[in-house]
Amino acid sequence: MTPDDSFTSGVTRPAATQFNFNELIFEDRVHQCIYTEEAIFREEMRKVFGGVWVYLAHESQIPKNDDFVASKLGLRPIIVVRDSTGRIRALYNRCTHRGSTVCRQQQGSAKSFSCPYHGWSYFNSGKISGVPWPDGYADDFSDPKYNLAQVPRVQSYRGFIFGTLNPDMPPLKDYLGGVKKPLDEWLDRHPGGKLTFCDANRLKFNGNWKLLYDNSADGYHVIFSHRSLLAMENRLNEGDDEDKGMSYYKSSPDKAPFYVKVFENGHHYKDKRPAVDTSPGGLWAIEGPHPGMEHYEEIIREKLGDKAGSVLDIASSEPVNINIFPNLHILGNHVQVSQPVSLTETDTTWWGTAVIDDEDELHGCVDAVNALRMRTQESFPNFGELDDLMNFEQIQTGLAGVEDEWVYMHRGLGIPGRIKRDTDGYLIGPPTDEVFLRETMQVYKRLMMNEPNLVIEREIEATPD
Amino acid sequence: MQHDPSRTSYYVGDHFYQSLVDSYADWQTDDAEITDPDLRDTCRMLLEKEARLLDRNKLDDWLTLYVPECLYWVPATPHGGDPRTEIAVCFDDRRRIEDRIYRLQNEFAWSQRPLSRTARLITNISAFSTKDPDTLMVRSTFLTNEFQAGDKRNYTGWYGHKIGFIDGGWKILVKQVNLIDCDQNLRNLSIIL
Repeated sequence: MTPDDSFTSGVTRPAATQFNFNELIFEDRVHQCIYTEEAIFREEMRKVFGGVWVYLAHESQIPKNDDFVASKLGLRPIIVVRDSTGRIRALYNRCTHRGSTVCRQQQGSAKSFSCPYHGWSYFNSGKISGVPWPDGYADDFSDPKYNLAQVPRVQSYRGFIFGTLNPDMPPLKDYLGGVKKPLDEWLDRHPGGKLTFCDANRLKFNGNWKLLYDNSADGYHVIFSHRSLLAMENRLNEGDDEDKGMSYYKSSPDKAPFYVKVFENGHHYKDKRPAVDTSPGGLWAIEGPHPGMEHYEEIIREKLGDKAGSVLDIASSEPVNINIFPNLHILGNHVQVSQPVSLTETDTTWWGTAVIDDEDELHGCVDAVNALRMRTQESFPNFGELDDLMNFEQIQTGLAGVEDEWVYMHRGLGIPGRIKRDTDGYLIGPPTDEVFLRETMQVYKRLMMNEPNLVIEREIEATPD
Repeated sequence: MQHDPSRTSYYVGDHFYQSLVDSYADWQTDDAEITDPDLRDTCRMLLEKEARLLDRNKLDDWLTLYVPECLYWVPATPHGGDPRTEIAVCFDDRRRIEDRIYRLQNEFAWSQRPLSRTARLITNISAFSTKDPDTLMVRSTFLTNEFQAGDKRNYTGWYGHKIGFIDGGWKILVKQVNLIDCDQNLRNLSIIL
């Protein structure tokens, strides 16, 4: 028996895969079954969600020791805790005894978790603290096998908490690789280089999780899928008003100065900043109308004069899409997290972010900036994302025509000089090209062709990397 | 200077936000409940008219029930929260409601193509007085059934309408929609609740 066909305990697992992914994923196209086969979805929940670093939570959701927030690693229910010593852990929300969840709240603070079924209790480190009437057991409970299972490797990058069950994964910062740079730039435009979560727009769609990832750096769909949004944002324009929102897609985006860049491990980046005026006040000038806009702008301009533009830009959407495989997206001011629910059901939560201004870099305007940011962030989930999600659902519907086997992603492929490499060796293409999708599918293919050796941790004192 | 709230948003500021938070705190008390059947009936008829217009997709007519500086608010937190520091499911001032209607009437709003059909039930309507005799708070329970593209779903919760007596009639100042699952992932909430 090889590790490839056994569970961690050595129990034989069903065959690792019945699919030959060499026949399903080509350079220019993928087979529809990767979106429609239940067995492939089940494999993804091990090989991708578990096999690579998966985003779990943000540190601002658990600011103090003993805070916790519910999450999932694939389909596994997880409690992300900052334990009583301050260490961040990702505990399996599963009683060691008979399997019940031990925590049924979404978020809160607790030094311990007690199973509602038979009362087994655990410290928030995962260590078992006691069971009712222990003299009914022949063994004692000092054996770590009774502790809650936990994700063996949990690491943060600048507030973003990730976990993997795969001991062979490189450290998180190496897994992120080149995508750290745009992520750093996105964070560093805010005072102190940090943000806090401030509730979310929570959406879902009846479609496979990959349909969302496939769209995440897609500049081809914008003026079609978001046609009503673009019309809406510009309906009040008059005279010399600048075109609002994503209007820069409207004419020949293939030749526009912005681009898509592809990093390692399926991460990619659509940088739209070269398409807009990024001098102070430039972002604010293309921000679509939103509640309170003129009121707070007037206050900030009166107070700050020439400095107002750069402060108003902090309330505006940053024109980037930063996509971290498989489930984290940074776009505008949002942190968008996708969560597979089933083969054909996906939750997508758009966490809002607020600025923390400890050093008064915003000159007393942080509350006004945040009041604006709440409203700018509600716009796209309400008036843009819903149309994308409908289109994803309709892809899932269309793919039920199973004899029509292929889904194409070859825009930009085979045209000399169109895709370039930057000085770091990363591929760069026009924003409407599907180069990001082709490269991600090759990463996905490699993952799906190998059964990772997934492990859990129960030894509380062990210090993961 | 007079501002047209359909074009600019000057009224959504600290004062408006604070009055919103204050209006929606501690108003559902027995001693403030209105027992006058005529006034209760007036409130009921306003809410029923609103539901009727929305079910018939008469969105422009629906908006005439609202004052110019109005609000349509669907909190993402079960107790409403403070919209200055929390994202809402929807937080529409006059201009954004008009944006929403404009988009729904645009043939390229794919999330509403085909258009949803809706049937709204409103019940348990109770009205409460406020310090201002020309302002009432109305609580009701709703069940909005939606059919779209072969699929039926529903939204339920309670409405908190803040209404004002203006120019001889009652108009809606604020509509707060409290979904029982406001903090859960919702599928294609593109209709007006």
